[in-house]
Amino acid sequence: MKHLLAIDGLSRDEIEAILDRAESFAEVGRRDIKKVPTLRGRTVVTLFYESSTRTSSSFELAAKRLSADLVSVKAAGSSVDKGESLKDTVATLSAYDPAAIVIRHPYAGAAQMVAGWTAAAVINAGDGKHEHPSQALLDVYTLRRRLGSLDGKRIWIVGDVLHSRVARSNLIAFQRMGAEVTVCGPPTLIPRGIEELGCEVSHSLERLGEADVVYALRMQQERMSESFVPSLREYAATFQIDTRRLNPRQLLMHPGPVNRGVELSGEAIDSPQSLIAEQVAAGLVVRMAILYELLAGSERPAPVSDDEPSPTPIGQPA
Amino acid sequence: MSSLTDLLDVRAGEDAHLVLRRVSVLDPVAGIEGVHDLVIRDGRIAELAAPGEADEDGAEVLEAEGLHAFPAFFDPHVHLRTPGHEHKEDVETGTRAAAAGGYCGILAMANTEPPVSTAADISALREQARAGASVPVGFLATVTRGMKGEELTEMVDLREAGAIGFSDDGLPIVSSRVMLRALQYQRLCGGTIALHEEDPDLSGDGVMHEGPVSAAVGLAGIPSVSESTMIARDAALAAYEGARIHVQHLSAAESVEVVRAAKAAGVKISAEASPHHLCLTDEEVRSLDPNRFKMNPPLRRESDRQALIAALRDGTIECIATDHAPHQAEEKEVPFEQAAMGVTGLETAFAALHTELVLPGTIDLGLLVERLAGGAAPFGIERPTLAPGSEANVALCDLAAEWTVGEDGYESRSQNSWCAGRTLTGRVLVTVAAGQVAYRLRSFSLGVAS
Repeated sequence: MKHLLAIDGLSRDEIEAILDRAESFAEVGRRDIKKVPTLRGRTVVTLFYESSTRTSSSFELAAKRLSADLVSVKAAGSSVDKGESLKDTVATLSAYDPAAIVIRHPYAGAAQMVAGWTAAAVINAGDGKHEHPSQALLDVYTLRRRLGSLDGKRIWIVGDVLHSRVARSNLIAFQRMGAEVTVCGPPTLIPRGIEELGCEVSHSLERLGEADVVYALRMQQERMSESFVPSLREYAATFQIDTRRLNPRQLLMHPGPVNRGVELSGEAIDSPQSLIAEQVAAGLVVRMAILYELLAGSERPAPVSDDEPSPTPIGQPA
Repeated sequence: MSSLTDLLDVRAGEDAHLVLRRVSVLDPVAGIEGVHDLVIRDGRIAELAAPGEADEDGAEVLEAEGLHAFPAFFDPHVHLRTPGHEHKEDVETGTRAAAAGGYCGILAMANTEPPVSTAADISALREQARAGASVPVGFLATVTRGMKGEELTEMVDLREAGAIGFSDDGLPIVSSRVMLRALQYQRLCGGTIALHEEDPDLSGDGVMHEGPVSAAVGLAGIPSVSESTMIARDAALAAYEGARIHVQHLSAAESVEVVRAAKAAGVKISAEASPHHLCLTDEEVRSLDPNRFKMNPPLRRESDRQALIAALRDGTIECIATDHAPHQAEEKEVPFEQAAMGVTGLETAFAALHTELVLPGTIDLGLLVERLAGGAAPFGIERPTLAPGSEANVALCDLAAEWTVGEDGYESRSQNSWCAGRTLTGRVLVTVAAGQVAYRLRSFSLGVAS
């Protein structure tokens, strides 16, 4: 694996290799000295065109725990503010010969394009509404630790699927790991044709009881003004996950940040079946594992994939 | 109907004197099919002589056995980007690209900067065409001032200055009232009104077809009904006023149904489809490559593509139009949602459609040739023909030639060809437009075989 651009295109073996690696880093995290020398002398650049707390901080800490030199670039206050194109920014940063560039961008396909312009390994930390592969990997990691395996498990992804890159990456990742996925939300927030990805579609929480795992998505304020929902009150009344709708054997997840009282009730967030804090902790070890697999894992034999190959970066010969 | 050069402008040059020896001539509309010596004298089709029989008579002779001569093509939908965006294309480079694609005439859209909205704009463009156009080019004016969709342009004045027709292409005419007024006013000035049909409310911030692929890649979708509902509105308005409209770049099966029903009801409506909509589907967008696959209207589903092909066959769609839309690399080397809409198509239309539709047997060669020249009549221009006595407008093609698009660069100033990197079968070798040799493939020299 040269880049991590999308979950789509990763085989189950490739996903499991990263999760297994993450397990070993979890063990390191329990030691007093949590740092390993793997990436000493190598440079990791994080390039964030969108605000982010947990993704950027966990990638940065992951790079530091692996002893890499870290350069963090935020679009605000950088040359991007001065009108520099993505291509030129990448060329500039590539002059430092980084081993990896971690990029978050508001538009789909940005990470894939960057991969065509640099020799560095490119990690997609979220591109528009397309994919957020490291989130999906940490979610699968969290679930695997709790459930042992996702095979045959039923997972409901509830909320604003239309605008969610997390929903897309997780849908693919959960299915690849053997789970059955249902997406649920108002028809205005479920993308037309998503059932062709192999999931079920529901517009009601009536059958929520069949789920082993409920994965709630963030509901943004501005969706009201765009007529996707009439009000957050009505949304919450119809689709909020609360302890009344959740039964005690179900697990609850959320990518954060949560709108307390909108997609989730406060009680549900703080309930013992909520994995939200575990997800954040998993973020660090899984992102260490991703950096390790891409930058130091080359001595391992490449897993054979029977799925389609990962996409060719735009700007490189196919 | 007016002849090509009555209405369109081209750089004056030498009349062609050519003998295409033993060429396979195909002009399905004129009922001409067979091997002949095609004789072009003084820029006109002088004679279709028996093979090997025509006199040289001082003409350049080309041994063309195994090659095909078609009536040259006519593209009613080209963006020459002049004035304002000459870094993308201008009259000279755009008409060179047209000549290389076998075209003998093109119509340029008016969504330039500023838009072509006054008689002076038309006159200036016509002068540029007379100075530097390789093939005859006609100019459309905008329907509304500055393409703002609010007030009509001086349509009578524009027609007198030589505007072939009217279009706000690039943008729909959103206001039903303004649309109705334009159709009413057409009675005064004539000139087909060509329509980019799209409901911007339904398209929203969409960048590709709304369907399973947009759901999979997380791009905002443009639903098919964004196009078909506007066509239905305008067909109803055209019927009400008895006006003449032309629907541009049909992309959706729903739109085909609306046009078919309107035609059956007697509405004066014509329609075009582009080579990329006839050859590609939204599956291409999975690559997230905006250079080749981002355009408006967007590539749609296979069922839509099949509906367009069926409409091409039954005449619901009478012509193929490239919607040649040049953009520079800076506008395309950005993520999909940020990239400019549009692809170039003049240089590859024939070869792409020959490769993708004729060779697999989806449509026959005669139909392709007929539809590639079908864009003239909707604008009141005579269709190019190989009938003896007519002005020479000929595309000489090698149907067996294989070439890789972009390998030798482009005549166009821009490189955003949807065919970039594809290997196509069939190539234009020589184009005669308005009686002049407008193009010869560099590696193919005339006269050597005589």
